[in-house]
Amino acid sequence: MGFDFQHMLELWPDISKAFGETLYMIGVSLAIAIVVGLPLGIVLFVTDKGLFLENRVIKSILGFTVNMVRSIPFIILLVALIPLTKLLVDSTIGPAAASVSLSVAAIPFFARIVETSLREIDKGVIEAAVAVGATPWMIIKDVLLPEAKPGIIQGVTITIISLVAYSAMAGVVGGGGIGDLAIRFGYYRYDNTIMIVTVVILIVLVQILQQLGDWTSKAIDKR
Amino acid sequence: MIRIENLSKDYKTKTGLVTGVDNVTLTINEGEIFGIVGYSGAGKSSLLRCMNLLEQPTSGDIEVDGLNLTHLRGEKLRQARLKIGMIFQHFYLISQKTVGENVAFALKAAKRPKEESAKRVDELLDMVGLADKKDVYPAQLSGGQKQRVGIARALANNPSVLLCDEATSALDPNTTLSILRLLKKINRELNITIVLITHEMNVVKEICDRMAVMQDGKVIEEGEVYDIFSDPKTDLTKEFISSVVSFDVPQPILDACTGSIIKVQFKGAVAGEGVITDTVQHFDVKGNFLHGTIEYIQEKPLGLFLMEIEGQPDNIRRAITYMEGRGAKVEVIQNGI
Repeated sequence: MGFDFQHMLELWPDISKAFGETLYMIGVSLAIAIVVGLPLGIVLFVTDKGLFLENRVIKSILGFTVNMVRSIPFIILLVALIPLTKLLVDSTIGPAAASVSLSVAAIPFFARIVETSLREIDKGVIEAAVAVGATPWMIIKDVLLPEAKPGIIQGVTITIISLVAYSAMAGVVGGGGIGDLAIRFGYYRYDNTIMIVTVVILIVLVQILQQLGDWTSKAIDKR
Repeated sequence: MIRIENLSKDYKTKTGLVTGVDNVTLTINEGEIFGIVGYSGAGKSSLLRCMNLLEQPTSGDIEVDGLNLTHLRGEKLRQARLKIGMIFQHFYLISQKTVGENVAFALKAAKRPKEESAKRVDELLDMVGLADKKDVYPAQLSGGQKQRVGIARALANNPSVLLCDEATSALDPNTTLSILRLLKKINRELNITIVLITHEMNVVKEICDRMAVMQDGKVIEEGEVYDIFSDPKTDLTKEFISSVVSFDVPQPILDACTGSIIKVQFKGAVAGEGVITDTVQHFDVKGNFLHGTIEYIQEKPLGLFLMEIEGQPDNIRRAITYMEGRGAKVEVIQNGI
């Protein structure tokens, strides 16, 4: 069975609903990843050896936790977090439920990206700020974040694209979205039309996001 | 102004303990420009970085402007650093902020009100000659301009001391000179004590009042720049001086000399030339100049001449004694007597 245009039109309401769900999942989990992951990444960086808030205990505990969450395969995390999901959103299916696992996976991922971007700042610039008598908060707000901004924006792009991939996996546990549609129609029912449409949508989405990310990162970089 | 007492700084490395600064005691007076010279690895940078506690000394004490910094931490150390400006070889400006914002950052550290800060930024940029670059990003500036921004940032909170970490080493000779002039102006007009470290002796010669030479973490020589130039004690100091006051005469020319070759040094060159003329007239000797220069150090002339003297051995000896009697320092390089 090839591509059936008529069939696609018939299912268009389902497709657009699924697309909306995907955007919802990505939006929610990205927001949470940024709100939690950004400070986490900053703490991971500034508590490192030789930096102005050096703290081995905090660094080790956070570093270990981040690595632990990141080492769990997402498909396992989806299942393992069902009790937490039930507690938080009172449901284990649908996009809201999937957003819980997606956020948990995205937080440490984004935090490490933030930490890496901060690491690329010339240590001398941070030292100059210390020498000038700046407070730690000033250094974070006026030196670290502005200097790492282009890198962090690239990191947001990478995180969104990873979330697109992960959100497709959420279909396995009935999470909704494009991936769910692809599995239910395309995979279980051998519906090639839906398979092709969903894959094309995902490809276009990723391309647009990457372009947008690259463009923004470049536009705000003053170097 | 700055008192350093028995200061040592060790670094832990994989291969063991490395001594960066080795029991240094040094006093830097108020209002002077003090130069610390040494090759890389001599410990001069570590010593300078101890002066605002960017580097925590292993032992010893540092006092700046009457305040002992050694055991200050947190907020108190931060307050002390507001009064110690620092500039760097690679400028270290915030690349994502404009020139004005970079300077304002330092003022923010001192919690200056916004309006006052804006006025002060203009004032500072005006002083370093960058009034028109306020809204430009560092990437659009030349090296010398970046260092001027660094200076404006360092001076924002009216510090009593300015630390310069190889501040001109990344700049070309002309730009170096203009930055040195600016530093001198700041020193004279604002009475800010300047400590600079460098491996370039001409920087010291150009602006320093006093200097120290460092080797293997120790200060091996210290004093007025003029005195050290006119009478260096250690081989390393002589080596550094020879990098700016060179006395190389091609070997074939030296070989062709039949008389004695002497190096004559006058403190006050104008008088010195008279001495040589008098000597040649009174002692029946012939003098040929092989090399000569008058260096102006701290605006005082230092005359250095390499010459061949020919004549009767007795006359040569008496001529040398005569020159020494008139204040010259004479060193016999090749004895033709």
